[in-house]
Amino acid sequence: MLKDITLGQYYPGDSVIHRMDPRFKIIATLLYIVALFIMVNFTSYIFTVTFLVVVVALSKVPLKFILRGMKPIFIILILTFLLNLFLTRGGDNLFSIGFLSITTQGLRSAVFLATRLILLITASSILTYTTKPIMLTDGIESLLKPFKVIGVPAHELAMMMSIALRFIPTLMEETDRIMKAQMARGADFETGNLITRARGLVPILIPLFIGSLRRADELAMAMEARCYQGGEGRTRLHSLKYSYLDLIGAIAIAALLAVLIVQRFWFA
Amino acid sequence: MNSIIELKNVTFEYKNGDEDRVVRALDRVDLAIEEGSFTGIIGVNGSGKSTLAKNMNGLMLPTEGEVFVKGMNTRDPETIWQIRQSVGMVFQNPDNQMVSAIVEDDVAFGPENLGVDPEEIRRRVDQSLTDVGMYDYRKKAPHMLSGGQKQRIAIAGVVAMLPDVIVFDEPTAMLDPKGRREVLEIIRKLNEESGKTVVLITHFMDEVARADRVIVMDDGKVALDGKPREIFLEVEKLKELGLDVPFATELADRLRKEGVDIPEDVIFMEELASEIEKRVKNQCQSESNI
Repeated sequence: MLKDITLGQYYPGDSVIHRMDPRFKIIATLLYIVALFIMVNFTSYIFTVTFLVVVVALSKVPLKFILRGMKPIFIILILTFLLNLFLTRGGDNLFSIGFLSITTQGLRSAVFLATRLILLITASSILTYTTKPIMLTDGIESLLKPFKVIGVPAHELAMMMSIALRFIPTLMEETDRIMKAQMARGADFETGNLITRARGLVPILIPLFIGSLRRADELAMAMEARCYQGGEGRTRLHSLKYSYLDLIGAIAIAALLAVLIVQRFWFA
Repeated sequence: MNSIIELKNVTFEYKNGDEDRVVRALDRVDLAIEEGSFTGIIGVNGSGKSTLAKNMNGLMLPTEGEVFVKGMNTRDPETIWQIRQSVGMVFQNPDNQMVSAIVEDDVAFGPENLGVDPEEIRRRVDQSLTDVGMYDYRKKAPHMLSGGQKQRIAIAGVVAMLPDVIVFDEPTAMLDPKGRREVLEIIRKLNEESGKTVVLITHFMDEVARADRVIVMDDGKVALDGKPREIFLEVEKLKELGLDVPFATELADRLRKEGVDIPEDVIFMEELASEIEKRVKNQCQSESNI
């Protein structure tokens, strides 16, 4: 049951997007988000939407999965759309009932903002769908390395993230076990109001917390026994390497940015 | 033979957090581990066997006395990483010694820390996973494996560091019988085929029956030290120390007390079985002669 949860939301595959270097994918996603904020007119929207549609198609991640990623922001999406639709003034009046009215300007900004949000979420979920969590941490570590001089603990952050990833299933199993043990002794997690139920969680959280501290202690000892001394002088089994795929990707994203900048400053 | 680990007059004390009293876990222990040998260390909980293990690679430093690994003092910060590379350690709980969410990355952790070249790491990871029979699982997540399989991965992680000695701190305590057999078989192979010096800490006496030497710890001191056959004969003394004597030894001891003539050095089940068979056959023959 609890054991079956998938980590992050990686969608296993071997597409060109999957094979790209995680560092490139992180940067490209950030650049794409920048692109979403510099686009101004209809033409730029055509370009950004087409770009992402091509990426999604290349990644071979089923549309179902992309839509699932939308679920948590669905309410926000609708709300943004409606607020913009009814509250933006300007342009011709298209429709009105009582105090509510829809203007051309309102329709335009509502559609544009909603699209922008959808693109933003899709772009970032494509990153996590096509990159293993462990590769993401490796990528983040590598990208943060230059900031070490100003005191960013790049290696430590990445190590913390990967240990957390490693222990999520283990702690899930333990929670499951503790819950069953408490239930066997008559604990009730399902009935009562919110406060009673929250209080019911205490007998789970305390053993879980103490157990984690003991685990942390033992893990630290095991890591030291295996000569762990921080990031200094460490080599990696899988060293990250850029390939021609990343070069093609870089050219594509650069072209997209160039088009958007031209659109913004010359045509808008 | 050379001693690879030497403990000289080692005392280890720690403060018990609750009551602020000093606990002496090791009490003036003098011990030398021979290169290439298989040493079993047994004792009840709190006898100091685990503390002894952690003093062997500088995870703990003695309060008094010195520990030398290949002549290097564990107190010397200059050589501590060389010592830990040379004396690998496998712990009791396989879950709490795995760092990575992918099996092969976990095995690579040690060599990565030593700064080994990526191609060489690849070679060592593949080799040590093959040695423990887990090569096919190299891309799996540790939480999908059984306890015995996880412990084999932990062993591969240590083997990939190319140690001279591997200290096993109760490696089978949390495993089912099948996992226990698999792990013990690998330990035996590491000693006999790969020539690693093995120190096996356990409270199951039958696990050390095939060791070259057995050390029994009691209250921070070495209570008995000798070949398994010699140690296993001290049935009374072992029971006094709270240890379970293996079934074959116990049975032989009782038969001897009942007047059945069983040689003193019979400690394995198969030996005992053939001894009893001999007795029974003789008896049948003498009866049919009458």
